[in-house]
Amino acid sequence: MELSGSEIIIQFLKDEGVKHLFGYPGGAVLHIYDALHQQDDLQHILVRHEQGATHAADGYARATGKPGVCLVTSGPGATNAVTGIATAYMDSIPLVVITGQVPSHAIGSDAFQEVDAVGVTRACVKHNFLVKDLNKLAETLKKAFFVATSGRPGPVVVDIPKDITAPHIKIPYVYPEKVEMRSYNPNLKGHPRQIKRAVDLLLSAKRPMIYTGGGVIMSEAANELREFVRKLGYPITQTLMGLGAFPGTDPQFIGMLGMHGTYESNMAMHECDVLIAIGARFDDRITGVTSTFCPYAQVIHIDIDPASISKTVNADIPIVGDVKDVLSAMNVLLDKPELPIDKSALEAWWNKIKSWQSQNSYAYENKPGLIQPQAAVEELYKVTGGDAYITSDVGQHQMYAAQFYPFDEPRRWINSGGLGTMGFGLPAAMGVKLAFPDKDVACVTGEGSIQMCIQELSTCLQYDTPVKIINLNNRYLGMVRQWQEFFYEKRYSHVYMDSLPDFVKLAEAYGHVGIRVEDPKDLHDAMKEAFALKDRTVFLDIMTDREANVYPMISSGKAHNEMDLSPLQQKIQADMKARGETV
Amino acid sequence: MRHIISLLVENESGALSRISGLFSARGYNIESLTVATTEDPTLSRMTIVTSGSDRIIEQINKQLNKLVDVVKLQDFTEGNFIEREMMFVKVKAQGEAQRSEVKRLSDIFRARIIDVTDTTFCIELTGSGDKLDAYINSLHETNVIEVVRSGSMGILRGEKALTL
Repeated sequence: MELSGSEIIIQFLKDEGVKHLFGYPGGAVLHIYDALHQQDDLQHILVRHEQGATHAADGYARATGKPGVCLVTSGPGATNAVTGIATAYMDSIPLVVITGQVPSHAIGSDAFQEVDAVGVTRACVKHNFLVKDLNKLAETLKKAFFVATSGRPGPVVVDIPKDITAPHIKIPYVYPEKVEMRSYNPNLKGHPRQIKRAVDLLLSAKRPMIYTGGGVIMSEAANELREFVRKLGYPITQTLMGLGAFPGTDPQFIGMLGMHGTYESNMAMHECDVLIAIGARFDDRITGVTSTFCPYAQVIHIDIDPASISKTVNADIPIVGDVKDVLSAMNVLLDKPELPIDKSALEAWWNKIKSWQSQNSYAYENKPGLIQPQAAVEELYKVTGGDAYITSDVGQHQMYAAQFYPFDEPRRWINSGGLGTMGFGLPAAMGVKLAFPDKDVACVTGEGSIQMCIQELSTCLQYDTPVKIINLNNRYLGMVRQWQEFFYEKRYSHVYMDSLPDFVKLAEAYGHVGIRVEDPKDLHDAMKEAFALKDRTVFLDIMTDREANVYPMISSGKAHNEMDLSPLQQKIQADMKARGETV
Repeated sequence: MRHIISLLVENESGALSRISGLFSARGYNIESLTVATTEDPTLSRMTIVTSGSDRIIEQINKQLNKLVDVVKLQDFTEGNFIEREMMFVKVKAQGEAQRSEVKRLSDIFRARIIDVTDTTFCIELTGSGDKLDAYINSLHETNVIEVVRSGSMGILRGEKALTL
């Protein structure tokens, strides 16, 4: 089969099983768009900004586990995509981003719409390629997919000069089934002796903790994790990125950990004697200050990326390998009718955890006539039966969603954890809805974040992706305001959103349904109505309590056992102390 | 502590910037970096001299290994290896006394004079970094016109080798 470079790109993507391509045309990719026009198998989604393309592909990848694919033009097309690429990089999401480039002969001449895309993206990709030879195009694309999806996944950029895609130059094309790279062979199998040592240590624990992250989801190891946790009967906490791998409603799950995690999970981290970290990377939002992190614990760390091990927290038993493979091996070792666990110690440990839990650290106060943002998320949970795909933007609403929408399945909670990219939620929701058109998809956002990629409302209409936007509108950049309240003596510097658009009218202008909710008693009906409108994108503009804060919180420089509690929770704790209970 | 890390990398454009970019992005020290193709034109050999705490050095090694262009890597520091650096020095050499003094010093250091004018010598010297420093220190500061150093290269002693 003789094909041009453009036709090779399209044919390759089809052969690779790609169904959706998120992109935006421009001069350097005109040949590719022409080839795209001449086929129907590969659906192209025309976004309204290249950042939207990368986030949509990213959301698609997080929800499906398949790589997300983007096509953007040279210069500004590539630079607009950078935020989305960096977002995927920080959260290890497989993306393949094809960027057009000026013709080979013009590279380096400061040509129109020229930017060194390989240079610009170098610091935020797993790898990138500049295709210099048409004969290597298919092989390079295969390498890009292989690198993006294997080992610790990540985004890969393939920069393709316009002359490589010229329609009149055709070469034989065969789909490269496999590709080998001598310099890239991720290790998948954990070392059997390390695995045995880890299991022995786990079984000897008196106060064990299981701490898991996004790696479990990435590795499709939720079932293995569930088996592992249930066999041991130990408490488990999950990071923001790991939510859903283990069911959020299971009693063994003691809540998210870290800066806005539960009191009980952070206290348990502080007091545990054996910690097993699975597919998690000891991010600073998890550890707080590392010098006081898990001071009594011996640490087992399973990660596919050797560089993640002992990077910020020293691992006593490091295990480099794919989480799924390592957990399966551990489950075999744990497959005994009776495990040699110190049952009385474990019972005492659980009792302690339960006393921490009884303080209900997420408790919030209802105020007459004001919608609490937490209540809005709880309502969302009720109305969707806890079964929706939830994307979020970044800020207070993101934390409320993570705290008040327990996820029972992996890949349901889709947010920018590492980079913290405002504007992520709406395009990501679009990507998810394209992958799962029959599922409820909601984007929990705020009036700050939503405006960073609001143009994608237009894409939602064009491609019929009826997502629900849950806008927790407090007229403040809430998380920044919260920090200014706590740490800058309420000097609210540039966090007040004045002159906000009328989001209801805005939604209507984009051809969607807008509903404003101002009274707590209307919340339930509005939420029900939004989800009842199956075929419509609905923008729920919920006016929330302006100065609600996210609690509990570990302030910077503090340890896990030094959480700041909400005024309500401080009262609960004081009452418990007065009754002589452990706190 | 000072470490000398030797790498085999794909001889591709961009490999060098990936490696130097890693050092700048993560704030690692880089004392010197040398690179050239090997007998296999698809491979480049690189020697990096760096320093840092044990934890930083471990991260440097792991992060380098993680780069897709890096084929193989070895931290020579714990093993037995040979390290050499090359230097050109252009010095003032005016009048009999000064010319013979520079010549005498060069003989002591086994340096070679590779270019001569009426007023200057250009000298080539190979050795450890310390030896090169010592040679420069022995010359009078005001006489040194120009110094060009290659940065260190390393190779393992004995039969062991860093090959594919």
